[in-house]
Amino acid sequence: MYEFLKNLDRRWIFLMMLLAVAIPILLELKFPEKPTGLAQAVFDEIDKLPEGAPVLLAFDFDPASEGELGPMATAFTFHCATKKLKMYYMTLWPVGPRMIEDCIAKVIKPDFPDMKYGEDWVNLGYKSGYEGVIKVIVTDLKQLYTTDHFGAAIDSIPMMQNIQSVQDFDLVINCSAGYAGTKEWVQYASTPFPEQIRIVAGCTGVQSPLLYPYIPNQLPGLLGAIKGAAEYEKLVMDKYVRAFDREPDPKYLEGIRRMGPQLVAHLLMIFFIIVGNWVYFTGKKREAQS
Amino acid sequence: MNKDTKIWTIVFMVGLVLLVIRSFMVGGLFGTAYVSVEQMEYAEVSGGVGEENWVNINSEEALDFDLTQAPDRITWTKFEQASPKQFDEAVLADPNQDSYRFSLPRTVGLWLAVFFTMAIFSFLYKDNPFYKIAESVVVGVSAAYWMVVGFWNVMIPNLFGMINSNLVNGWAMPGLADDESHYIYLIPLILGIMLLMRLSPKGAWISRWPLAFIIGTTAGIRLLGFFHGDFLAQIRNSIAPIYSTTPQLAADGTAILDAATGLPVMGFDFWDSMRNILMIVGVLSCLVYFFFSFEHKGAVGKVAKLGIWYMMITFGAAFGFTVMGRIALLSIRLEFLFDDWLWLIDPTGKRLADTVGIIMSSVPMLS
Repeated sequence: MYEFLKNLDRRWIFLMMLLAVAIPILLELKFPEKPTGLAQAVFDEIDKLPEGAPVLLAFDFDPASEGELGPMATAFTFHCATKKLKMYYMTLWPVGPRMIEDCIAKVIKPDFPDMKYGEDWVNLGYKSGYEGVIKVIVTDLKQLYTTDHFGAAIDSIPMMQNIQSVQDFDLVINCSAGYAGTKEWVQYASTPFPEQIRIVAGCTGVQSPLLYPYIPNQLPGLLGAIKGAAEYEKLVMDKYVRAFDREPDPKYLEGIRRMGPQLVAHLLMIFFIIVGNWVYFTGKKREAQS
Repeated sequence: MNKDTKIWTIVFMVGLVLLVIRSFMVGGLFGTAYVSVEQMEYAEVSGGVGEENWVNINSEEALDFDLTQAPDRITWTKFEQASPKQFDEAVLADPNQDSYRFSLPRTVGLWLAVFFTMAIFSFLYKDNPFYKIAESVVVGVSAAYWMVVGFWNVMIPNLFGMINSNLVNGWAMPGLADDESHYIYLIPLILGIMLLMRLSPKGAWISRWPLAFIIGTTAGIRLLGFFHGDFLAQIRNSIAPIYSTTPQLAADGTAILDAATGLPVMGFDFWDSMRNILMIVGVLSCLVYFFFSFEHKGAVGKVAKLGIWYMMITFGAAFGFTVMGRIALLSIRLEFLFDDWLWLIDPTGKRLADTVGIIMSSVPMLS
């Protein structure tokens, strides 16, 4: 057994991992979610806003991380739309506008058809410059955003009339896949303006450990990876859908659905770690004996 | 025929046979995309929000205008992604309907996405030409996309639009508001041109000046961000009470108030105190580990060792999060293959026929 495992081709491990993820997807395995404090904090920050409050949704991600951040973006938009908040979308990533449009097509257009572009939501689109953009718009948004994503003059958009800078938003909601993302929003927006700018975020798993030090003073709430998305989905759906004896549309349960493969794959991963350690220590023991 | 060629040939043949079988099971072609078709017609009217305005003749807004007095019209066809279910339902209701239709370009796009997904996955077996093709396409498309987006989203509205908005208005972006010229933006334009001199064999040195400007400003901005957002703020966040208190609650969940002062009665919060102690010990021990002025011996060595343990736990947590992230990414690609392409699952109810039911019912243990 030792020799077999020691010389096992790594491609068999890839195949096992593929099956561990594929089979739960095919069987549509789902497990119950229990929200943690951080997901609850994100939910509370949005939920306490009054109707009509302006929120900035900064979707700083691209298709490469859509699997993790797409469910968060969908749930954020649903939560904001249900609470009738004014949604201002922007992105610091070139492919971000496409992510914003996908989210709007998935949530606002089919489920909130009464909402109007320019009055209830606006897509400000992409600007290059990473943290430089944040640094400018925290004091003067219209200096950089002269038009919306579609080229319409910013002053011709009704919901932009009362917005001069990021400080005019009641909350900034950030979906972050890396640089520029939540770290930069914390460094250049919420830290210099702690009273005026509050930020909650959802981020990829890789980023999560880097952002925990900002909690709770600089970042009141954080959704870490697909687990955070699943917890937040549960909170939103429980309060705004299941509380009315309705079943949520499956498109709002993507995070919960993707936790099924996570569980099986993690169990396999733990198994590999145990086996790997056994092979390592057995090898050392045999070396010492010989 | 060498071993690799044999393996690839077998994989392709097996894949092809499976696709044919799948096609028979679905009763036609799977992995097809559909669109909704809407004829749009806008009329130019006077009054309303602006002096002259275009309105959709089928909208409620159009009722406010006399459209017989608006001869100028523009029409186009709007296509939006539709699900196979929407298409099937429309055809069942009216076989001659034209609201939904099969989309060849989007179907080809879907199959191309499948090809590139498989091509990237194939690297797990071995480097191969399909992977190289997919990799090259990603690099090429990304570079072109960045260039186009940068031009239309930044250079046009934020540079040329600032220098001469009238010119940009008439040529590239009609929606851009007429504004006075800001000639200060000529400086970034000149710096940009100087940066392009890098391509010139003799004038490459000119690009160093704007490059120095970029490095200087970026360093300054980032230094400020890290100093304010990380260094100072993290020192502040690390100052936490090791004896933490919290308001005592009555059975009904309300805070118990002190009869004399009217203030909430505070009690010891064990878990919050423990968390703060662990955090402070962690910060100090990790700092000691990176303190190389003393040899890591005796008490200093033990504290430094504790710091190593803290860091190892942190790295383990980071690795766990990374694994979670990567599995989520694999998960969405497999969902795409099983749902959009092979129609094996239908978690969001995109199709009328529940094809996964056919598969599952054919396996007695799963039915």
